[in-house]
Amino acid sequence: MFKRLADAGTAVAITVDGKPVAARTGDTVAAALLAAGIDHCRTTPVTGAPRAPYCLMGVCFECLVTVDGVGSRQGCLIPVREGMKVETQLGKREAGR
Amino acid sequence: MIAASDLAPSYDLVVIGGGPAGLAAASLAARAGVSTVLFDENPGIGGQIYRAITTTPVADRAVLGEDYWAGTELAADAKASGASIVNGATVWSLDPQRMVSVSIAGKVRMIEAKRVIIATGSQERPFPIPGWTLPGVMTAGGAQTALKAQGLVPSGRTVMAGNGPLLWLLAAQTLRAGGRVDAILDTTPWRNWLQALVHLPDFALSPYFTKGLALLREVKAKVPVHRVDRVEAVGKEKLGEVVFASGGRERRLPADLLLLHQGVVPNVNLANAAGVAHVWNDRQLCFVPVLDPDFGSSVPGIAVAGDGAGIAGGTAAAERGRIAAIAAVRALRPEATLPDTQAIRQKLQREEMGRAFLDWLNRPAESFRQPEGETLACRCEEVTAKQVRDMARIGCEGPNQMKAFLRCGMGPCQGRLCGLTVTELIAAERKMTPAEVGYYRLRPPVKPITLAELASLPISEAERKAVER
Repeated sequence: MFKRLADAGTAVAITVDGKPVAARTGDTVAAALLAAGIDHCRTTPVTGAPRAPYCLMGVCFECLVTVDGVGSRQGCLIPVREGMKVETQLGKREAGR
Repeated sequence: MIAASDLAPSYDLVVIGGGPAGLAAASLAARAGVSTVLFDENPGIGGQIYRAITTTPVADRAVLGEDYWAGTELAADAKASGASIVNGATVWSLDPQRMVSVSIAGKVRMIEAKRVIIATGSQERPFPIPGWTLPGVMTAGGAQTALKAQGLVPSGRTVMAGNGPLLWLLAAQTLRAGGRVDAILDTTPWRNWLQALVHLPDFALSPYFTKGLALLREVKAKVPVHRVDRVEAVGKEKLGEVVFASGGRERRLPADLLLLHQGVVPNVNLANAAGVAHVWNDRQLCFVPVLDPDFGSSVPGIAVAGDGAGIAGGTAAAERGRIAAIAAVRALRPEATLPDTQAIRQKLQREEMGRAFLDWLNRPAESFRQPEGETLACRCEEVTAKQVRDMARIGCEGPNQMKAFLRCGMGPCQGRLCGLTVTELIAAERKMTPAEVGYYRLRPPVKPITLAELASLPISEAERKAVER
């Protein structure tokens, strides 16, 4: 869907569901997922439908993911960090996360 | 980086939002000697219009255009002003006594403010069409954010649909950046011209007139534009094609990305939860706060500046921020030397000139605001338009009762993506006006926080003793 314009920024290694993803400094989690061509970042608690980042400005809550073990984080507001573990969120947020 | 523990327990002025209004307000107030803190939830300042203004990887200035780069000065000015600017700071509550609750890197602080300027700006209007929740469907503003902040540009089969200046600007920026735009589906109803034309003389004098024409020419030379009255996103697990129709003639376009936009509306959540009175604006088809000429709200000491005060654009937002800040400084530090308010008001008036033309021309059609059937009205709780309409028909009188019946507006977005739709659907079914129907009553926390964040609040010895047995 998207390509990167320039090689600006330096590489930041994160994992998404355990698989390595090459992000860049300046990426938010949601942007890194889009740049990596990852189809969806969660499934809904109601019908299990796949969802992907929608507004990228913190109002739609579609990009909710688990970041370093904490569930329901807004991926579009969180900058990537070396070694960050991102997990797609299936259905409801698990208790305690 | 400023941490929660670096914050003072109270400030003269707390500004919420780091877009043009917030930056201009914080800068002016700090320079007038008022202790000022600005909270913004994004990783960097600039808001949405000047998103990533200090960090954007888009080096070629022509791509984003000079109007974007105008934000550089505003950002630099605010940074040098002496105001504390805190990014990654989510304000999740503001009460009528001006207690500001903010979460920074998982730590919460409650800050007392003598004055508050809410500068939380606007968000894109909900665009409820069939399939709008499919992966591959995004807002045009979202794609623009990805371009500004990360240098991401649409590269697959891309369709843009809707109306309003941002859609055309994004198309131009995408093309300049070497991205792909296969088609633009223009949803502007022809009859909008009837109401817009009387305001054309004013618009012709505004700076947006020549810019707008140039933008349209630039895009139309390269991209086919279809005038449509129906748009649907179709796909199984993700977007596969865009179906559109004009006058009954249906067409289909295979697509990887559909970017939707039908204007922006004030982001009312924080102001609404703080008890600020709002009214329905029929021209802009949204709720706007009730404000005095200094942008003071119905709650003493709380002002709303920028597009949150009603849509007028980025440059007007900065002037509004300055006017609100001057009022705050006058109240807090009457001896301070202040810039000439009259000159600022004149600039604001010039910026707002021609707004009526843009508003009437880009007023989205009813069919794109009031969905039917199985189209989702509430994305979070997956409530369909039919459910909302049926419930209104059997007697549900307002959005707050609708929450109890259907859970619409009770998901994580807290009504941001369904509030206007639900109000309009109830109004349509019950033959009432949106003003009569009203909006969701919003409550803090206006952004979800964890118990761990709450538990991070510092506790004094006296507070601890008060609950110990």
